Amino acid sequence: MSDIDVASSAGAEGTEHIDEAAVAALTAPVPETIGDGGPELVQLLTPEGERVDHPDYSAYVADLDADDLRGFYRDLVLVRRVDAEATALQRQGELGIWASLLGQEAAQVGSGRALRPQDYAFPTYREHGVAWCRGVNPLNLLGLFRGVNHGGWDPDEKNFHLYTIVIGAQTLHATGYAMGIQRDGAVGTGDADRDAAVVAYFGDGATSQGDVNEAFVYAAVNNAPVVFFCQNNQWAISEPNDRQTRIPLYQRARGFGFPGVRVDGNDVLAVYAVTKAAMDAARSGQGPMLIEAFTYRMGAHTTSDDPTKYRVSAEVEVWKHRDPIARLKAYLTAHAMADTEFFDAVDREADELAATVREGCLSMPDPEPLSMFDHIYVEKHPVVEAERAEFAAYHASFEGGH
Amino acid sequence: MSTLTIAKGINNGLRRSMERDDKVILMGEDIGKLGGVFRVTDGLQKDFGEDRVIDTPLAESGIIGTAVGLALRGYRPVCEMQFDGFVYPAFDQIVSQVAKMRARSLGAVKLPIVIRIPVGGGIGAVEHHSESNEAYFAHTAGLRVVACANPEDAYWMIQQAIETDDPVVFYEPKRRYWDKGEVDEDGAPRLGLYDARVAREGEHVTLATYGPMVRVALEAAQAAAEEGKSIEVVDLRSLSPLDMDTLAASVEKTGRLVVTHEASTFLGMGAEVAAEITQRCFYHLEAPVLRVGGYNLPYPPSKLEEDFLPDLDRVLDGVDRALAY
Ligand SMILES: Cc1ncc(C[n+]2csc(CCOP(=O)(O)OP(=O)(O)O)c2C)c(N)n1
Repeated sequence: MSDIDVASSAGAEGTEHIDEAAVAALTAPVPETIGDGGPELVQLLTPEGERVDHPDYSAYVADLDADDLRGFYRDLVLVRRVDAEATALQRQGELGIWASLLGQEAAQVGSGRALRPQDYAFPTYREHGVAWCRGVNPLNLLGLFRGVNHGGWDPDEKNFHLYTIVIGAQTLHATGYAMGIQRDGAVGTGDADRDAAVVAYFGDGATSQGDVNEAFVYAAVNNAPVVFFCQNNQWAISEPNDRQTRIPLYQRARGFGFPGVRVDGNDVLAVYAVTKAAMDAARSGQGPMLIEAFTYRMGAHTTSDDPTKYRVSAEVEVWKHRDPIARLKAYLTAHAMADTEFFDAVDREADELAATVREGCLSMPDPEPLSMFDHIYVEKHPVVEAERAEFAAYHASFEGGH
Repeated sequence: MSTLTIAKGINNGLRRSMERDDKVILMGEDIGKLGGVFRVTDGLQKDFGEDRVIDTPLAESGIIGTAVGLALRGYRPVCEMQFDGFVYPAFDQIVSQVAKMRARSLGAVKLPIVIRIPVGGGIGAVEHHSESNEAYFAHTAGLRVVACANPEDAYWMIQQAIETDDPVVFYEPKRRYWDKGEVDEDGAPRLGLYDARVAREGEHVTLATYGPMVRVALEAAQAAAEEGKSIEVVDLRSLSPLDMDTLAASVEKTGRLVVTHEASTFLGMGAEVAAEITQRCFYHLEAPVLRVGGYNLPYPPSKLEEDFLPDLDRVLDGVDRALAY
């Protein structure tokens, strides 16, 4: 067949079947940065703090009582306060760098609180709120940023893995861990204390990585009990969503063969409900799911970054009105579930926690120089042993000489 | 003559190359509006547009893989890896594809790709931001690997690397980005891209190094001179191929060689240099070739990096050991 034949026949057929709307949808510009998440966004609490219902997800928060909601509020305030203190500590030279979670508290607390003790979380480097929900001491997080260790906590203690800085790598670890849970028969037994699932955190930028796409493939074909939790905070350092994707991120899941959902990441109730639903499904053997928490990074990418070089302050203003803490406070107040006394008490607790964190950070000892030779291998390694001895001798000669 | 930092030297060099040849395009994460996390590409997107200074998706394998395609189509991509520790997702593309395509095509294709990597430690960063991974790439046939150490080399070497028709891994010493020096921007490069340089003349010991350690070596030579020891410093500049003639000439003069680098010594660049010099200069050597490098450890947390990285004292200690023979 000649080129001309191909072109003309394709053209003739094509015109009949073209679905204009579908083409328009595919070629439309990506949702702009200041989007509101679009009509698919799952929301249970509006930015004004009004409770709204959702046909699929309201059920998952139906049994939350006022105590639970106050608990959510407390978590949100405490993690924001720890974050602010860490930022201050960085400014004062006590931390080398800090990746702030400001604005993402609801995405983290909502999802973190939806986990059971036997579930396992694989974070990136910004999941301070999830760590809090897992019971990880905030000081553990500070060690990495202060430069005294590379993480240094035992992940199995709280089923919260070490922070991962190489973008997207942990999504594969999470998937493999989930495959292990599956092989251990801890999925779909109906025993609430036994069935487990994994949650993997990552950012919008991470969705471009090969590792993340490979994790989606592995999770899908193995029907692994893993929930992919993407915090779409709109920016990957200086790059907005449209440098990573042309479709809303949650829609990617479909192409891999599992469901995706977009939730208002600044609505702690909705995030809790959606994550709980996804984790329940994964634990019961229904396989992976992608959650896109639509949120915003209110601060800089890290303390080394200068967002004024690439984004406008009007955008930040828009998102201020969607603040996760303010909206829950409004809801609690309007329904007389909390009063000034409660809010004041939480603020006091936050200040105390911040003071503890500060003190702990300042009194964190520098590591012993020789400790860098520890924990490299499980078994004795002659090269490491030789270098340790060489280093020790060198150091000793030095101290003696001076 | 202008006074430039290393970062600005590379920036001006990139600009010159882009002006000279519109096939030169830059690719990387955050290199556009932000100008890169080290601001090395500052202002280039504004002047050359988004088609030539491309903010890529956050995917390193994608950056190098698409650069291969662009190069096959006649472009000259200059790819930025944001940090040394983030080149590994692109490792397969670099060592399996970039390095081998010319040989596979029996010379039919060329891949004029430059892979810029800010390298090394000493900036107080968290993990994966301080790696010295030059040996992986130098070990891979089909790639050329170079390391600049001062503003003049930064300015000229980046232009020479872009002009080269072979793929070049181009290391930038990140803890020296803000070091200043004189650059004759309108003159001509004093050296070829693959030449080593005698950075300081001396008689008793040759100290060979490259990249961020060049400054340490020069400071060591200065300190040693005050004690009457004369050190010749050779900046290797090109790690693959190695300019052995320049180095051998120096060792034949001094009779002693100490090689120093930030990377772990085990199977590092120093091992290759030591082996080669021992073969070539055996009868000139008064002492075994010694290495002063990082330990064979994952790069430690930043509070320990001063103990990990060879500093002035450790380099001088190596020099003294060489002189003691
Ligand atoms: C493989 C890799 N490439 C580059 C980087 C440098 N880097 C650190 S964070 C970041 C942006 C991440 O954006 P996103 O995934 O959206 O997560 P966010 O930080 O916004 O939560 C980049 C490019 C890295 N850490 N790892």
